[in-house]
Amino acid sequence: MDFNDTEQEATFRQQVKSWIGDNAPTYLREELELSGFGSTRTGSYDPLAEAKKWQKKKADAGWACIQWPKEYGGRGATPIESVIWNQEEGVYNKLSGTFIIGQGMCAPTMMSYASEAQLKRYMPTLASGQEVWCQLFSEPQAGSDLAGLRTKAEKEGDDWVINGQKIWTSGAQHSDYGILITRTDPEVPKHRGLTMFFLDMKSDGVDVRPIKQANGDSGFNEVYFENVRIPDAQRLGEVGEGWRVSLTTLMNERMAIGGGIATGFPEIQALVEELHVATGTAIDNPAVKSKLADWYAKSAGLRNTASRAISALSKGEIPGPENSIGKLVAGGMMQDIAKFSLDLQGLGGAIVDPEIARGSARIQAMLMRSPAVRIEGGTDQILRNILSERVLGLPDDMRADKGIGFNKIPSGS
Amino acid sequence: MDFDFSSEEKMVRDQVDRYLMNNCENGVFRSVLEGEGAYSEDVWRGLVEMGVPGTAISAEYGGVGAGYSTLCLVAEQLGAYLAPTPFSSSIYLAAEAIQLFGSEDQKQTWLPKLAAGEVIGTLAVTESTQESTEDNIQVSCSDGKLSGRKLIVPHAGIADLCVVVARDINAGVNLYLVDLGDAIGASPGSVSVTPIDTVDNTMNSCSVQFANTPCELLGAPGEGWHQLKVVYDRAAVLIAFEQIGGARKALDMAVDYAKGRFAFGRPIGSFQALKHMMADMYVALKLAESNCYYAAWALSTDSAELPLAAATARVSATQAYQLCARDNIQVHGGMGFTWEFDCHLYYRRSNYLTLMLGGLSTWEDKLIHALPSGKAA
Ligand SMILES: Cc1cc2nc3c(=O)[nH]c(=O)nc-3n(C[C@H](O)[C@H](O)[C@H](O)COP(=O)(O)OP(=O)(O)OC[C@H]3O[C@@H](n4cnc5c(N)ncnc54)[C@H](O)[C@@H]3O)c2cc1C
Repeated sequence: MDFNDTEQEATFRQQVKSWIGDNAPTYLREELELSGFGSTRTGSYDPLAEAKKWQKKKADAGWACIQWPKEYGGRGATPIESVIWNQEEGVYNKLSGTFIIGQGMCAPTMMSYASEAQLKRYMPTLASGQEVWCQLFSEPQAGSDLAGLRTKAEKEGDDWVINGQKIWTSGAQHSDYGILITRTDPEVPKHRGLTMFFLDMKSDGVDVRPIKQANGDSGFNEVYFENVRIPDAQRLGEVGEGWRVSLTTLMNERMAIGGGIATGFPEIQALVEELHVATGTAIDNPAVKSKLADWYAKSAGLRNTASRAISALSKGEIPGPENSIGKLVAGGMMQDIAKFSLDLQGLGGAIVDPEIARGSARIQAMLMRSPAVRIEGGTDQILRNILSERVLGLPDDMRADKGIGFNKIPSGS
Repeated sequence: MDFDFSSEEKMVRDQVDRYLMNNCENGVFRSVLEGEGAYSEDVWRGLVEMGVPGTAISAEYGGVGAGYSTLCLVAEQLGAYLAPTPFSSSIYLAAEAIQLFGSEDQKQTWLPKLAAGEVIGTLAVTESTQESTEDNIQVSCSDGKLSGRKLIVPHAGIADLCVVVARDINAGVNLYLVDLGDAIGASPGSVSVTPIDTVDNTMNSCSVQFANTPCELLGAPGEGWHQLKVVYDRAAVLIAFEQIGGARKALDMAVDYAKGRFAFGRPIGSFQALKHMMADMYVALKLAESNCYYAAWALSTDSAELPLAAATARVSATQAYQLCARDNIQVHGGMGFTWEFDCHLYYRRSNYLTLMLGGLSTWEDKLIHALPSGKAA
């Protein structure tokens, strides 16, 4: 076991450091440090334009999506090199939020199922941030129970015609492409009647409507499809195999590899080191110490678990469902940290004005964003189901829809 | 970077695992718990024959010199099988203190015997029902003689050698070595050892009364409390591995039971309330395990990060074992609260290990103390 860089890794790290030192948008550094929890702060600059600019610069020098093959816009780097890159990119990584879904989830799905010509066309522009992708999975009637989705795809000549609605689609408002899961056969049991596509979001009949979120932002959208035509060549996987294809996407979603998942620990540590409470500096208070120690142990645990997963990956092992723990631990922890941090400040903690609130109101942003972490990409409950069934081997839930044709399943509406 | 144990290290782990699987089923723990002997002499002898106590003791002092990462994996197995042996007291504590702070002469005298299991050692710290501090140590030493009482010393009933934390009238707190056999031989009243019941009676806890007992200084005068902390940071990693070993078995036991027991016409393991409880046990265990890996690296490389890594591993391993042992009982229902089922064995051991080097709050405190300021980051 060795947690230090090998000589080769140290050389690589030096190379990354010097490139970032010469090229990073240092003028954004201060604002980016205050970013996170659902928002990217870039001061007077436009966040999307700055994100695309940094991504393009990285891509031109071979530092975008470094684990991807070179012909798709990557660098063919190892998992460990990718970790080193992430560590060194540091705060500038926050500019990549817009591309996470496309690069982290759509791309692996494409790489498993798209044609070579398609990959050569779409991957480099995804890597360089010139084109943004979204994931069109959830529907009003199908979230946790994704396989209950209703958006219809019907074959007409060489095209498929899509009608229906998706919801909670993050980033759809500035996406160029998306991967879309549809129902192609309503007669068979629900997991068997699904088919996956990718589509041009500028196609006729696609209507994107932003949704205002509980925290006031508008990151996700409703997307309506009215007679949208998709060429059969843009089908991913066989007809009726959409569920299996979607598992590739979801697996990648839950990997959260790199240990970069936000927990709120640095924020509360900074707070309690300077905040005064009745007993003196907050960090010297035994109740504060106890909670802080617990949260440190959890965030270190996540970091070290991610390191182990990367080690396994670099030895050719395939990361399994145990990686669901990252988001499960981080989401609840972030919410608890936010509440405790505000509790220490009394009513003044309620202030969200970044000019007045401590730490530029990052903790308040965390409070308002954290409920989403416990829902997006699989709720806390679904992740516990996965851990108990797929890791511990406990029996499946009793299900009311097993083996029944999709159109016969009770739906409550 | 490589965040996994080597194949040689895993080989030793598998050997110990196999040995314990065949020779240390829970019945062995039970018989010690029920008073048949102070520890399992058979299991201890078996481990000694395999050279296990000497795993991290260097070859020049009669050990194997296989290093601390290997010892960590050994500890995980000892914890998993609840091995009722004096391994922790003798190796993680007494031998460790002598390796770190002993004179050449003391090392030559004791380490080969500890490695060979000819001598069992222990460490005596606690004097009252308050958490020990540098200020509340009252057992004292003058003119090379110890006096006073240690309230609870694990494995003291079977120990030949005791490292004692005591106050020198002039120098402050020191560590001392007491050859218990010699002392009692020379003057039967100079040491009296009285067994004391605890939540885990397989730990052979005893009160030890010293009355003008001859002792030798171990390490530097006035440095005893600091030296104790150094020993504890190292032992904490090893105890944390015992804790995750035990936690894993308690979780496995819960999962097995939940698959086979039916209620309301279905396996209780299909109820989400229980599935989610076991998922949480798994999460706690996984976090602790990963922190233990990191701490094993810090221990085996004498990293400057050891105090933080050890406290982190210790805090999360304590949480994990306590959670898994507690909720394993819950999954078993009434059966879980019987003497006959093994659930209480893990519950007992987990709660004893929690307190062994100072409780959870002590380690939380140490963790925060060792944590670099966030401003530096
Ligand atoms: C900020 C945000 C961004 C998102 N971005 C995207 C995106 O880009 N693309 C996309 O496709 N989707 C996206 N989603 C949708 C997300 O994946 C779903 O919201 C999520 O899967 C939950 O589905 P639901 O909202 O329908 O809730 P429901 O499934 O109706 O869940 C309601 C409650 O029931 C519980 N529940 C449901 N089933 C079970 C069960 N079997 N056992 C126990 N409890 C259960 C849930 O845990 C939850 O507490 C996003 C969501 C959020 C909040």
